[in-house]
Amino acid sequence: MTSHDMTADDAHHHGPSKKGILRWVTTTNHKDIGTMYLVFSFIMFFVGGSMAMVIRAELFQPGMQIVPAETFNMLTTMHGLIMVFGFIMPVFVGLANWMIPLMIGAPDMALPRMNNWSFWILPVAGTILISTMFMQGGGPNFGWTFYAPLSTTFAPKSTDYFIFAIHLLGMSSIMGSINVIVTIFNMRAPKMRLIDMPIFVWTWLITAFLIIAVMPVLAGTVTMMLMDRNFGTSFFNAAGGGDPVLFQHLFWFFGHPEVYIIILPAFGIVSEIIPTFARKKLFGRMSMIYALTAIAFLSFIVWAHHMFMTGLPLAASMFFMYATMLIAVPTGVKVFNWVATIYRGCLTFETPMLFSLAFVVLFTIGGFTGLMLSLIPSDVQYHDTYFVVGHFHYVLVPGSLFSVFAAIYYWLPKWTGHMYNETLAKFHFWISVISVNLTFFPMHFLGLAGMPRRIPDYALQFTDFNQIVSIGAFIFGAAQLIFVYIVIQAMRGKGPKATAHVWEGSHGLEWTVPSPAPYHTFSEPPTQIERH
Amino acid sequence: MLGFKKLSLLLTAGLMNFSATAFAAYGLNMPVGVSPLSASMHHLHMTMLWVCIGIGIIVFGIMTYAIIKHRKSKGHQAANFHENTHVEIIWTVIPFIILIVMAIPATKTLIEMNDTKAADLTIKVTGYRWYWHYDYLDEALDFFSHPSTTQEEINNLVAKDEHYNLAVDQHLVVPINKKIRFAFTSNDVIHAWWVPQLGVKKDAVPGFITESWTIIKEPGIYRGQCAELCGAGHAYMPIVVEAKTQADYETWLVEQKTPKNPS
Ligand SMILES: [Cu+2]
Repeated sequence: MTSHDMTADDAHHHGPSKKGILRWVTTTNHKDIGTMYLVFSFIMFFVGGSMAMVIRAELFQPGMQIVPAETFNMLTTMHGLIMVFGFIMPVFVGLANWMIPLMIGAPDMALPRMNNWSFWILPVAGTILISTMFMQGGGPNFGWTFYAPLSTTFAPKSTDYFIFAIHLLGMSSIMGSINVIVTIFNMRAPKMRLIDMPIFVWTWLITAFLIIAVMPVLAGTVTMMLMDRNFGTSFFNAAGGGDPVLFQHLFWFFGHPEVYIIILPAFGIVSEIIPTFARKKLFGRMSMIYALTAIAFLSFIVWAHHMFMTGLPLAASMFFMYATMLIAVPTGVKVFNWVATIYRGCLTFETPMLFSLAFVVLFTIGGFTGLMLSLIPSDVQYHDTYFVVGHFHYVLVPGSLFSVFAAIYYWLPKWTGHMYNETLAKFHFWISVISVNLTFFPMHFLGLAGMPRRIPDYALQFTDFNQIVSIGAFIFGAAQLIFVYIVIQAMRGKGPKATAHVWEGSHGLEWTVPSPAPYHTFSEPPTQIERH
Repeated sequence: MLGFKKLSLLLTAGLMNFSATAFAAYGLNMPVGVSPLSASMHHLHMTMLWVCIGIGIIVFGIMTYAIIKHRKSKGHQAANFHENTHVEIIWTVIPFIILIVMAIPATKTLIEMNDTKAADLTIKVTGYRWYWHYDYLDEALDFFSHPSTTQEEINNLVAKDEHYNLAVDQHLVVPINKKIRFAFTSNDVIHAWWVPQLGVKKDAVPGFITESWTIIKEPGIYRGQCAELCGAGHAYMPIVVEAKTQADYETWLVEQKTPKNPS
């Protein structure tokens, strides 16, 4: 007994075994790795964001001003790839690394060495991807969806490096997902049943299965591209008996579940935060889990709604239209549940809550336009226009990104032991929420008025709205520097000391450990588990 | 705290105004267009928009109410409910019914869109990087249609034409009130032929033929653009369709077929 207590005690006071850079290179600690994921993804966020700034500067006026068309295409492509693969996916893995063990009472992730490896692949893949921009002939310039044959026969030489980077990113995500699944199934506190898990953990469990299911499809697709480009095959080349549209089927079979991979953890985050600041249990917990599962299932049978203009047969068009419309039902259930959670609660509006409420409203607007897009006849007029750009940016920016802000403000006191500057954070929120709408709302009008997406130059009647969009984007971009400042100040211990509980209404195991969370937590499994 | 709720409501309200009247004049809503299909598309778009606005008003309205009334600073105590089977069934079933109601007109128009039979004339449209080729399959007539916006205009060296980026050297001339079938293909990468006023957008896929159709009700000039990223010149691949009365169209055909005097 005594020796057992001693090891537990020992573990609590242990810091990292190595110091300096080697600590980070060799670490197997879920908190260290989580931190590295978060830092890496935010570096990528600013790289991808600055590309968006250049894009918006070029689009401020009709005519060509700042970058040539090829560079513009490269920037839109890299912006998309970096934000999806370099920012949103890793940032959620970072949050998973930090929070899943703390939320289920586990001492670490189940496969800590693989955890280290899955992180360290990322900077390598990111460097390869970004380096393509400086290669002879330029970087990928065929859009983040890289449709063949533009991405095969007509693509720059650097595309092979891009393919390699995608393979690496995919490996990293798959390893991260395996780790999440094994951790959740094997490392939960003994008394925690699956049903007792926090919703954030639930969303990640489902997300991890989605990743494992579709990343290999993406790997297969880019390998087929590689073969077409270098080894004389004709998967996507009609002249050799292949089919360019086959590429789109494969890509979107990956791509549509991917959309849910980058939104489900966001659902989990707001489902944690809203009950905390409403001081009321999450409404319809079971229906939330059913809705998640339904959305995950549906995500596999709607891929061709990205391809309604490719000349699908009538029967296929109908199937994909109906299946897509159906997604509105479980998504609606989730939104209604969030609203019912705040209804008759006892609300306070700290920054995580503000971002979560904005998420609910603005994600729902993205959902509405998604519903409009599902109807094939009107999709004829929306497809490949700024209406679509507006739609998915509503889902990803005030959707996924706002949930990430909410999560970071929510858990930052637990990570650093210090409160962030609430006044400044609220300022960050307000300026972000106003500028995000200024940026993305007018895009819907532009699309409806006939502006195609992915163009560096446009007809004169689109000028006014493009200027509003650009101004909104510049304000939004600048506002994110405030966020960096706030986080760094909290990390440097500038704010008041945080209690273990941090928030008045918080529930869950992560709030039972001290703030900052010690290097090793739950060396002994917790025994007090909330039952559902 | 309420600012963003108000903002979103404002935006929603703004959307209503814009869509209804004001912006129709500036062409900032989906055009009704000049073909029966484009009118159906517009109708479906407006219906779904209103459905979404209705749901939005209810959901965001309840949220706003809760945010105003049920805050701690007003001394509100949290209630204890966290599930209600009846309510949950209702808000699953009602959206489902709305979807079915919406699916009916959508399916009707979709079936119409796909019916390319019994066309009066067929035009084969081929996408090139970065111009179009039109082939009147029923006549011995075909020509290329290149963008006519000049490099000087693009580089901001001279004033931009009214139809900057939407002008071509050779219009695609077609008759009104005839069912025109388009057969699309491409010579290189995937393009998409899109003219909003006609309600036609279709991918032009190399090695394959895709189809679409329209009936144009009014004579006039209708402009569109390539809608699928096709490389450096993607922004400069406009489409101009000129619809003429049958008589004018026939005169035009004769003109085109008469060999041009080389003198
Ligand atoms: Cu094109």
